[in-house]
Amino acid sequence: MLRHVRHVCAILACALCLNAWAVVAAPDTSTHEAAPLAADPVAEKRLQSLAAELRCLVCQNQTIADSNAELAQDLRREVRSMIQAGQSDQQIIDFMVNRYGDFVLYRPPVKGLTLLLWGGPIVLLLLGLFGLIRHLRQRNQILMAQAPVSAEGLQRAEALLKQKD
Amino acid sequence: MNKFLWPLIGFLALVVLLAVGLNLNPRDIPSPLVGKPAPNFELKQHDTKAPIFSPAAMRGKVWMLNVWSTWCVSCRQEHGVLVSLSKQKVLPIVGLNYKEIRGDSELDSTRYAEGKHLAEEESLSRQRIGQWLSQHGDPYALTVLDLDGRVGIDYGVYGVPESYVIDQNGIIRLKHTGPLTPDVIAQKILPLVGELQRNGGRP
Repeated sequence: MLRHVRHVCAILACALCLNAWAVVAAPDTSTHEAAPLAADPVAEKRLQSLAAELRCLVCQNQTIADSNAELAQDLRREVRSMIQAGQSDQQIIDFMVNRYGDFVLYRPPVKGLTLLLWGGPIVLLLLGLFGLIRHLRQRNQILMAQAPVSAEGLQRAEALLKQKD
Repeated sequence: MNKFLWPLIGFLALVVLLAVGLNLNPRDIPSPLVGKPAPNFELKQHDTKAPIFSPAAMRGKVWMLNVWSTWCVSCRQEHGVLVSLSKQKVLPIVGLNYKEIRGDSELDSTRYAEGKHLAEEESLSRQRIGQWLSQHGDPYALTVLDLDGRVGIDYGVYGVPESYVIDQNGIIRLKHTGPLTPDVIAQKILPLVGELQRNGGRP
């Protein structure tokens, strides 16, 4: 038994080491694909945060910061040149929305069309809570009606609980 | 009503919702450009003797802008449909060749990144386009070169092939993403073009 535990520990340790090694060996591939705006760290930060808000339309579940698709690279280049031209974040976002629509925004705006998207989960949660409370109340009533607890029964239950302590 | 029926109803509603949702085409993203003026551009043509082309030259006509490339597999699939459409002489088709060299993942295009060796890129593009058009037929009234894909971005292109129908006043009336099929031509393109041509730009 002890041997098995040791084995498992060793395997886990190896896996952790490998993991750490992989992280060290391949930095930057998971989150920040955009090539740096080498000279200007502030502009680079803006590029990263803008790119993380924009959807890559080719690989639709990735942002253009994560994606290495051809189009994502082009769009990062566009964003970079707009930053260099001194445009505001809102101007850059508008540029993208005018061409690709709201779909390009990773966080869809709250408006008539997207109310169901934003409000749906809350509505479902409230409906669920309402149903649960109703169900529990009904069940209680039914149980009480079926088997009313006698005074004698209560005493016995209390005695049993005390025994347990 | 039987209380055991409710879960069944809920389940069926879910099935219907998922059936509809899963059958939608996730690549069919509504373009905000429909109903808006076609973005302007000035690009060189494939024909070296022809002047710089700009959409303003098509004013007064209903025309189609077809975004394509020789490396694009679905463009090959679509090409025959375009050739037969052009034979009907319903509307002129302008080909926008999108990133002929830099978009081709089979090539090492780092040599041409950021417009380095532009002249070489241009002549290589022309060579590939010419070969393709003489091999598969040329449905285009003219073809323009969008070497770096910037015009593509202005038109919201995110995957070739894409086609736009533009009216007499330069307004985009339809965008089709993906290869054109005989069905799309017959059911969407031709009726719209007929209507636009009859009403002089008012659909």
